[in-house]
Amino acid sequence: MKTRLTLLLGAALALGLAGAAQARDLTVVSWGGAYQQAQNKVYFTPFKAAGNKMIDESWDGGVGILRAKVQGGNAGWDVVQVESDELQLGCEEGLYETLDFTKIGGKDAYIPDAVHKCGVGAIVYDFVLGYDKDKIPAANAPKSWADFFDTTKYPGKRALRLGAKTNLEIALMADGVAPADVYKVLKTPAGVDRAFKKLSTIKKDLVFWKSGAQPPQFLASGEVVMTSVYNGRVDAANHDDKRNFGIVWNQALYTIDSWVILKGSPNKDEAYKFLNFVGKPDYQAKLPEYIAYGVTNKAATPLIDPKRLPDLPTAPDNIKNAISLSTAFWLENNDRLTERFNKWAAQN
Amino acid sequence: MGGAELSAAASGAGAGGAVVPPAGPGRNLVRDHARAERRRRLQAIGLVAPLFLFLLFSFVGPIADMLRRSVYDMDLAGVWPRTAAAMHAWDGNGLPPDSAFAALGADIRASAEAGRVAVAAQRLNYPISGGRSLVMNMARRVEADDFKPPADWRAAFLDADPAWGSAETWSAIRRASGPVTDYFLLNALDLHKDAAGHISRAPDGIFLSILWRTFSISGVVTLFALLLGYPLAYVMTHSSGRVAAVLTLFVLLPFWTSLLVRTAAWIVLLQDQGIINKALMAIGLIDHPVRLMFNRVGVVIAMVHVLLPFMVLPLAAVMRGIRPETVRAARSLGAHPWTAFRRIYVPQTMPGVGAGVLLVFISAIGYYITPALVGGADDQMLSYFIAFYTNETVNWGLAAALAVVLLAATAVLAAIYARVVASRGGLVT
Repeated sequence: MKTRLTLLLGAALALGLAGAAQARDLTVVSWGGAYQQAQNKVYFTPFKAAGNKMIDESWDGGVGILRAKVQGGNAGWDVVQVESDELQLGCEEGLYETLDFTKIGGKDAYIPDAVHKCGVGAIVYDFVLGYDKDKIPAANAPKSWADFFDTTKYPGKRALRLGAKTNLEIALMADGVAPADVYKVLKTPAGVDRAFKKLSTIKKDLVFWKSGAQPPQFLASGEVVMTSVYNGRVDAANHDDKRNFGIVWNQALYTIDSWVILKGSPNKDEAYKFLNFVGKPDYQAKLPEYIAYGVTNKAATPLIDPKRLPDLPTAPDNIKNAISLSTAFWLENNDRLTERFNKWAAQN
Repeated sequence: MGGAELSAAASGAGAGGAVVPPAGPGRNLVRDHARAERRRRLQAIGLVAPLFLFLLFSFVGPIADMLRRSVYDMDLAGVWPRTAAAMHAWDGNGLPPDSAFAALGADIRASAEAGRVAVAAQRLNYPISGGRSLVMNMARRVEADDFKPPADWRAAFLDADPAWGSAETWSAIRRASGPVTDYFLLNALDLHKDAAGHISRAPDGIFLSILWRTFSISGVVTLFALLLGYPLAYVMTHSSGRVAAVLTLFVLLPFWTSLLVRTAAWIVLLQDQGIINKALMAIGLIDHPVRLMFNRVGVVIAMVHVLLPFMVLPLAAVMRGIRPETVRAARSLGAHPWTAFRRIYVPQTMPGVGAGVLLVFISAIGYYITPALVGGADDQMLSYFIAFYTNETVNWGLAAALAVVLLAATAVLAAIYARVVASRGGLVT
C-alpha cells in the first residue's frame, strides 16, 4: 500500500514537472539595466499587449553559460541577446537554431551587418573616446585616438578596457593606421608589436576598467581625463546624471548585438513571432528615445526623431570613419593576445 | 561558530542518543544491543544522506567533470574520428601517409555539413597560431556546392594552404587527437612540448608568475587580516556586552553587503579625488594625491576588508573559550603582563589563528572581481584567467588545467601549513 502510494505520488510529480516544462512561457533574455528597461517599454510591453505571453530575464554574457544550458537539455531560455563573438562561436558549435529570415521580414529588411546564419541584429553600438566637456574646453577638444595618446596636450590618466581586445585597434589607429587597414596590420606579428609599443608610450598613465559602468564614473570623479567607453553609457550619464560628457565619433569601433533562438527551444513559433515583432521599423524607431543605440531595420532609421539622430552610432556622420570590431580576428587570437597583454602589463 | 562549540555540541548529541540496554537474559541483551546499534547507524546514514547526495550531484560531480577536462581531450577526436584513428596509427615522423590526408578531408567535409567543424578548428587554434582559419578555410572549400572529392587529398590540402604541409601542423593534430592529453597541463605550467616530444620552458608563459602573484597577494592579505583581526577579536571578547555587540555588528556588516557594493565603496574612498586623498591633502600631509587604487595597495586594502570577518570570527570563538584564570595564575606567579600574554594567552588562541589564517588564505586565492575592479592590469589573479578561459574564449581545457594547478598548489600549501601548525600544538580541526 505504502509503496503504491509512493509510486503514484512519484508519477504525479513527474507528470506535473513535465507539464510545467512544456507549458513554460516564451523566455527572452537580455542584458539587464537601463537597456532592458528600454526594451521593456518599446518591445516587451507592446508584445504582451498584443496578446502574447512572455517573460524576460537578464544575463551577463559568456558563451560558456549558453553551452552549459543547451548541452544540459532543458535550457529554460528561448530567445537570448548575444554579443557578436558569442553569436559566431555559439553558431559554429550548434547552440542556436538556424534563423529562417522569411519569418521575420526577409534578409533585405535589415542592414547587411545584422544578418547572420544564426541571429538577427538588435542594436548597433560604438566603442568611442569619451571625455568631460566641463574639463576640456571645446577649442581644445580631442579629435582622434592620437589625442588619447598625447599626454603633453592632455595630461592626466586615461582608461582602457582590461584586456587586449579593442585596445590594440585603438593603439594602431593612434599610431597612424587607417581604420580600414587596422586588422590587416594586426594580423602580422609586426603589427601586434607596433600596437603594444604604442600602448607602452602611455603605460604609466593608463588604468583599466572591467565593467561598462566604470568609465563614466571615472570621468565624473575626475579620475581620468579620457577613456574608451560605450557610447550608450555616455549618453545615459548626460541624460540621467546631467553630465556634460563628449564623444569622439571619429575612428569609433562599432559592434552589433544579436537575437538568437537557443537550439531545442520548445517555444520556437513564439520566438519567431517575437523576433518578427521586434524587427518592425515602427517599434525599433522608438528604442533610441530611451537609449542611444542604433537599430537594424533599414526602414527604422528614417523614422527616428532627427534631433536624436546625432547621438546614434548609425547616424551617417558618426559611422563615416568607424570600423567594425572584427569577430573573426578575436576568435582566433583572443587567447594568445590576452596572454601577451598580461605579459606586457607585468613588465615595467 | 567555533570548532570548540561544534565539537561540544557533537559530543552532547552522542551522549543524549546513547541507548540504554533493556534488562533481560544475556543473549537477548547482546542481540538487542546489536540491533539498536544497527538502527542507530541507519538513522545516522539516513540523516546525512540528503546532504551527501546533494553535495555529490551539485558539487563533487561537476567539479570532477571540470577537472577531468584538463586531461581528457575529445574535442578533435569527437568531431574527426577517422583522422584521430589515422593519427593513432601514424608514428609521428615527418608527414603522415596519404591515407591520413584523405581521412582528414572526409572528416572536414562531414563535420562541416554537420555544423561541428568549428569545435575541431578551435581545438587546433590552441597549439597552432592561425589554426582556426586554416581549418575553417578548408571547410569552406570542401563545403562548396561544386566541390568534388579529389583523388589526391594531399595535393588538395597543400593547394589550399602550404601550412598543411608542415610537420608542426600534423604533430599538433596528432597530439590533439585524444583521448588523453598533456597539452593543457603543460600550458598551465608554462611548459612546451615540441614535435619530437622534448619538454622545455615556454618563452611566453605567464601562468607560473601569475600563480606566484596569486599566492603572494593572498599571503599579504592573510597577514594583514591577522594583524588587524587579532586585536579586534581580543577587544570583542574582553569588553562589556554593549561594546562587544556593537563591534560584532561592525564585523558582520560586510557579510550582509554584496561584494560588488563593498568594492564600489572602496573605489569611492580610494580614488585620486576620493575621500582619503582629499582628507590627507586638506590636512597638508600630502600635496599630490597618493595612488591608492589601480595597484596592489588598493587590492590588498579592499580584500583585507572583505575577508576580515573570516579571521575575526574563529579567533573570537576560541578566545571566548579561554579561561581568564590561566593568565591571572601566570601573573600571580610573577610573570610580566606581556610575558603572561605571550606565553599563556597566545598559545591558547593558536587553534583560532590556524582556522582564521586557513579560511582567509583559501578564500583570497579564489578572488577575481575585487582585483579586476580596484587593481591594475598586473594585479589579476589566477581565477581571473580561469573565468576568462571559461566564459570568454571557451577554452575549457586550459581553464580546467589552471584550476588543477591552483587546487594542487593550494592543497600542498595547506598540508605543509597543517603540519607546521600541528607540530606547534595548534590547529584543531
